[in-house]
Amino acid sequence: MLLLIEQILNGVQLGLLLFLLAAGLTLVFGIMDLVNLAHGSLYMIGAYFAATFVDWTGSFVLGALLALPAAFLVGIVLERVALSTLYSRDHLDQVLATFGLILFFNELVRLVWGPGGRTIPLPAALNGTVPLLPGLDYPIYRLIVILVGGAVAFLLYWLVAKTRLGMRIRAGASNREMIGALGVDIRLLYTLVFGIGAAFAALAGIMAAPITTAQIGMGESILIVAFVVIVIGGIGSIRGAFVAALLVGMIDTMGRAFLPELLRAIMSAPAANTLAPALASMLIYLLMALVLFLRPEGLFPARRG
Amino acid sequence: MKAAMIGLTAALAMLAAEAAAQGGSAPGKVKIGFVSTYTGPQAAIGADMKNSVELAVQHLGGKMGNLAIEMIYEDDGFKPEVGKQKSEKLIEADKVDFIAGFIWSNVLLASYKPIVDSQTFLISANAGPSQIAGELCSPWFFSTSWQNDQTPMAMGEVLNKDGIKKLYVVAPNYPAGRDMVAGVKRTFKGLVVGEDMTKWPGQLDFAAELSKAKASGADAIFTFFPGAHGVQFLTQYAQAGLKGQIPLYTTYTIDALSLPLQKDLALDVPGTQSWVNDLPNEANKKYVADFKKKHGTYPSFYGAQSYDAIMLIDSAVRATGGNLKNKDAVRAALKKADFKSVRGAFKFGNNHFPIQNFYQQTVVKDAQGMLTLKTVAPILTDHQDSYAAKCSMK
Repeated sequence: MLLLIEQILNGVQLGLLLFLLAAGLTLVFGIMDLVNLAHGSLYMIGAYFAATFVDWTGSFVLGALLALPAAFLVGIVLERVALSTLYSRDHLDQVLATFGLILFFNELVRLVWGPGGRTIPLPAALNGTVPLLPGLDYPIYRLIVILVGGAVAFLLYWLVAKTRLGMRIRAGASNREMIGALGVDIRLLYTLVFGIGAAFAALAGIMAAPITTAQIGMGESILIVAFVVIVIGGIGSIRGAFVAALLVGMIDTMGRAFLPELLRAIMSAPAANTLAPALASMLIYLLMALVLFLRPEGLFPARRG
Repeated sequence: MKAAMIGLTAALAMLAAEAAAQGGSAPGKVKIGFVSTYTGPQAAIGADMKNSVELAVQHLGGKMGNLAIEMIYEDDGFKPEVGKQKSEKLIEADKVDFIAGFIWSNVLLASYKPIVDSQTFLISANAGPSQIAGELCSPWFFSTSWQNDQTPMAMGEVLNKDGIKKLYVVAPNYPAGRDMVAGVKRTFKGLVVGEDMTKWPGQLDFAAELSKAKASGADAIFTFFPGAHGVQFLTQYAQAGLKGQIPLYTTYTIDALSLPLQKDLALDVPGTQSWVNDLPNEANKKYVADFKKKHGTYPSFYGAQSYDAIMLIDSAVRATGGNLKNKDAVRAALKKADFKSVRGAFKFGNNHFPIQNFYQQTVVKDAQGMLTLKTVAPILTDHQDSYAAKCSMK
């Protein structure tokens, strides 16, 4: 029972991290109709900025807080310089160009920070466990990731659902041409949305870095999962991204945690040992296939009619 | 004018391609292709191997016998299909005499058939998948590393020695990871209470596995996470509060490249290896001292095995007087392993994998306060892998 609770926390933590990444991706895809494969690069940039700023300031919190606006700026510059030229192109051109940006960012990081990757040492106070229940010690840092991730998710909900900017963002997701015609400066909106998305991706990278270290190419493998999340949630929908991210995080964690034992109960141990890891890593894609079959628009389609 | 320039450039390019195609077994040259990972998250390993190869070439004065050495480095990008493609390029376009390198078992397995089918000598400087040691063994293949199972077999003996009764196993789900788990189970006498195979290379977060290990009541955790993954695993193991609670035993998880990132977390964590930087033989002293002088860091076992690969090729080129056309003579010379290996002398078994010693190693601080690996004791001596009998070569 304690193990189940612990695994649920692990699942929520992974889900919230995925949500931060997927939120920006779904906004950019849904509103600007831009397939941005380089979104994972912003996640990586956030992690590397945090590594450097933590080195400079000697404080984890200060370094993380400095990395955020820096990544926001990189996002704005990237949008102005490179991506704004791609809006009128078709998706295939965007895929090609943003794939090129992935290579560019990976090489840039290799030149600036070297090929070896960077670790972000946590302050001693965050580098242990905290007793949540008798017999259940949970890593403090992962708990903080859950709290920050949850708070930011709420902030984003408030921003999108309750503010004027959020209204424009939602309107943009539903009908781009119309809000342009109504006199909203669509270019400025695009830049802002992209910068916000970049900052969220960077925040995910900053929070993941002390766990998984800052590595070249760290964005690519997680980006695939983030795409799965936005497809399941419905492209352009923040609410969908949130639900889908938690779903994917939970299913992935539970699959890894309990599938081997489940399979061992119904088949021979060697067969289960071979099948379980393969099946566990497939679960989220099976879920995506199922959702696409039943609801091709995703769980919470943003654009109707 | 512009059109003329384009025409001229095209002509030059074609000439260059023609010249390259005609290369290969050019008189006075030995061409060696070296496939490793130079980009992406595991690029640090490829860089270390390349540094060691360059040091070997420098120690040889740029020549093997009377042949000048030409190295061609190819990046596998950490992907099996790219490794295969690059190997085919080395064979067909560059017409190399030897192909060496290969960090990853899955990359080597994908590249293996095209290379041995083309009758090009292949020297693995790291990967040692069980398939190649056993039923897929080939007269064109040699290893200057080990067969994957051997190092964890040594670790199994260390676990027995330390009185571990219940073990939890976590390793990545790819050919090398499966060999590692098979290896440790072959010698470990206690009970394996849990086993997780993680997705490779995509999974970097091991929260679910660490939670299970903690709840399993195991006395120890055995793990194999090479390169960058080793840093991530060790960091999360410490964050989960397991350090001091359930001791960790590793293979290929802590090395000279990961130590600067793992820092004090790696102190006193046992590992096993066939080469350690402090092995007391002359070749090793020279290699480690010159590497440190040039790069300011200790070389890793990846580098040591790459250095040995070049030295092995050198021994064969010199023994045959540079006549690389006589492939049987080259093979016979390679088989003798007649060179000063940095691990000390070793013999090749019938499957062309080394019969060698395996040592327990641990992490200490050197005189300058730099973290490094130190030999504790030999665990297996003159050890041959368990698949040699399945190999049809005699």
